[in-house]
Amino acid sequence: MKLTVASSPHIRGNFRTNRIMLDVVLALMPGLLVGTLVLELRALLVVLVCVTSAVVSEWLYSQVRHTRNTVADCSAIVTGLLLAMTLPVTIPLYQAALGSAFAIVVVKALCGGLGQNIFNPALSARALLMLLWPASMVRFPALGVDGVTAATPLHHMVMPALPEESLLDMFLGNVPGCIGEISTVALLLGGVYLIVRKVISYRIPTAYLGTVAVLTLVFHKTDAPLEWMLYSLTSGGLVLGAIFMATDYATSPVTKPGQVLYGIGCGVLTVLFRYFGLFPEGVTYAILLMNACVWILDRYTAPRRFGCKKGGKA
Amino acid sequence: MKHLFFGGIHPKYQKELSTGVTEFQHITPKEVVIPLLQHIGTPCTPLVKVGDRVLLGQKIGDGEGLCVPVHASVSGTVTAIEPRPHPSGRVVPAVVIKNDFQDREAEAKECHIPIDQMDPDEVLKAIRESGIVGMGGAAFPGNVKALSSMGHIDTLIANACECEPYITADDSLLRTAPEDVLLGMKILAHVLKPERVVLAVEDNKAAAIAKIQSLLSQHEGIELRVLPTRYPQGAEKQLIQAVTGREVPGGQLPVSVGCAVFNVSTYAAVYGAVVRGRPLTQRIVTISGETVREPQNFVVRIGTSFHDLIEAAGGLTSRTERVISGGPMMGIAQNDLAVSVVKATNSILCLPEDKNGAAENPVCIRCGKCVEVCPMRLQPLYMYRFEQARDVKALERLNVTDCIECGSCAFTCPGKLPLVERFRKGKQLIKEARGK
Repeated sequence: MKLTVASSPHIRGNFRTNRIMLDVVLALMPGLLVGTLVLELRALLVVLVCVTSAVVSEWLYSQVRHTRNTVADCSAIVTGLLLAMTLPVTIPLYQAALGSAFAIVVVKALCGGLGQNIFNPALSARALLMLLWPASMVRFPALGVDGVTAATPLHHMVMPALPEESLLDMFLGNVPGCIGEISTVALLLGGVYLIVRKVISYRIPTAYLGTVAVLTLVFHKTDAPLEWMLYSLTSGGLVLGAIFMATDYATSPVTKPGQVLYGIGCGVLTVLFRYFGLFPEGVTYAILLMNACVWILDRYTAPRRFGCKKGGKA
Repeated sequence: MKHLFFGGIHPKYQKELSTGVTEFQHITPKEVVIPLLQHIGTPCTPLVKVGDRVLLGQKIGDGEGLCVPVHASVSGTVTAIEPRPHPSGRVVPAVVIKNDFQDREAEAKECHIPIDQMDPDEVLKAIRESGIVGMGGAAFPGNVKALSSMGHIDTLIANACECEPYITADDSLLRTAPEDVLLGMKILAHVLKPERVVLAVEDNKAAAIAKIQSLLSQHEGIELRVLPTRYPQGAEKQLIQAVTGREVPGGQLPVSVGCAVFNVSTYAAVYGAVVRGRPLTQRIVTISGETVREPQNFVVRIGTSFHDLIEAAGGLTSRTERVISGGPMMGIAQNDLAVSVVKATNSILCLPEDKNGAAENPVCIRCGKCVEVCPMRLQPLYMYRFEQARDVKALERLNVTDCIECGSCAFTCPGKLPLVERFRKGKQLIKEARGK
């Protein structure tokens, strides 16, 4: 009998990279479902194009560079899907495809591949599309009326004014917006699933959303602070970003205090960008900016050495 | 006061595999191979030569320095003294004895003095002469640990956590011979004079706990601590933290925080040595795993081959992929079943291929689970990265030498990185750099 000699441990848990990725895909499904129902069936087409482009780019890259084919880890599917969630349903398909390829090839693969990239691939691609085709990125069809574009709730809030939509509609997702961002309840459902499955921890989303809640409550722009806060939380891509983008493993800290600080940083920057920035939305740039701080956060929140006081002395 | 150790994991315990058989078979093989090194320290010099007739319990090897003797575990004839494979993976000189099945015993020096009147020096001497080492796996000479703890500890701990999956040897001991353990604790408590004497056990051993609880009233001064089951609770530093809240600083011994920890089997051996005058020649060993036909606990003579034990347990099925000495988390995979049971062998596991096993091409996705589960508060993902880069400075900054190799990180890693393996290399790198 041939016995295997290998290093301990000899048993391992059933956690696997591709299982995690598929859990994220599953967690995004409620948001996508609402997006498709409320917006147009074209939402699914945009998703299909983004995911296909991401997977094909990943495969092509491995062929051209003669590296290992990493399609099986399913991370390209997640990237493509996440990007699609942040796009308007009207986006020209070639633009969506290009963004997705950029996310995989430039932002991820050229930085060393899965786990090595500094910036969130989907958000980087969204940022690129906002630079290249700003008009495509703000064209939102009005609900129930063909051929007419609408302002999103976030546009009202720039004025500043409370949006016309009711808070219930905001919560359910019966509002114009990007494919995957409109339904707060669907996204929260996905978030709870990810936390229960231990794919993400509650720390980053809670710190992020909590910070935005506090800041918008204190620095409210209309006479109704509580409503202002609730509209702030449910509008734009905040919940999508807090649950699915800011928790991206590769681009967020691994220490517990680091994750809390990172969430707070995202929250502060989001509010700053929304209040003082050029665009109504601030989530994309807030998270990308915090991505760049991850190494600092990890380094300075490294756990205290076992048996030593803070600072390393016994 | 409740304390918890950091991190940790909940693997599938599989303890029930080997607890079904409650009557222990005693295994007496035709031949025993007794390694002359079964402890941390210098090897013994043989005291017998080929052709000699030896008695059960006769001292057959001893040495100077950090060394405890080894004894014949059967009576019979010495047929060879030569290097033989050892479960640690090394090749170690060993005395081979052909069993005459007479079990003619060397004279045992029994001690009838009440425990509280025993002379500490005599006790330490008896512990040394009986060849007692830490039986939980570390195999540190018992008398040396006891001597260095004398007057420096306030807490004496008996480790019955047995936090590794599959193993039930300590559990079996507590269920069948709890008195030996408790009396062994009393003896060491008498010698070391701690304020607290704690028997620590995980809450997945209900029968053993009930047994101990029923006896505690007769053994005043011994405290039973039932801890919530979590791996690696039985690791020395983690157990001290769980029992006292104290952390043993990197590179230091438990005595630096006023604690001494011995395995329950070691206490039972101390009792056997001091009171009955019996050297350490047998121990309880768990034979378990999904690919051995009749998993159970045996009372085994030291020096019995793994092969003989596996045969006694019905043999291996064809699905066997690896045989491990010790637990599945920290044990050592064997390639030669001729190796023999040594004093620190608590278990032999026969396992099929792990369906969650290593990935073809492991990739770190930075999920941070390893940081969450590390009981030593290390950052395995960064240790791995800097070991790959052979960056010794960074490895030192990350305290890679604090790693206890418990395997919690590798168990949890979704990318299936060979973390523990690399950290051993990382420690080696630091050692080499310091040596220059």
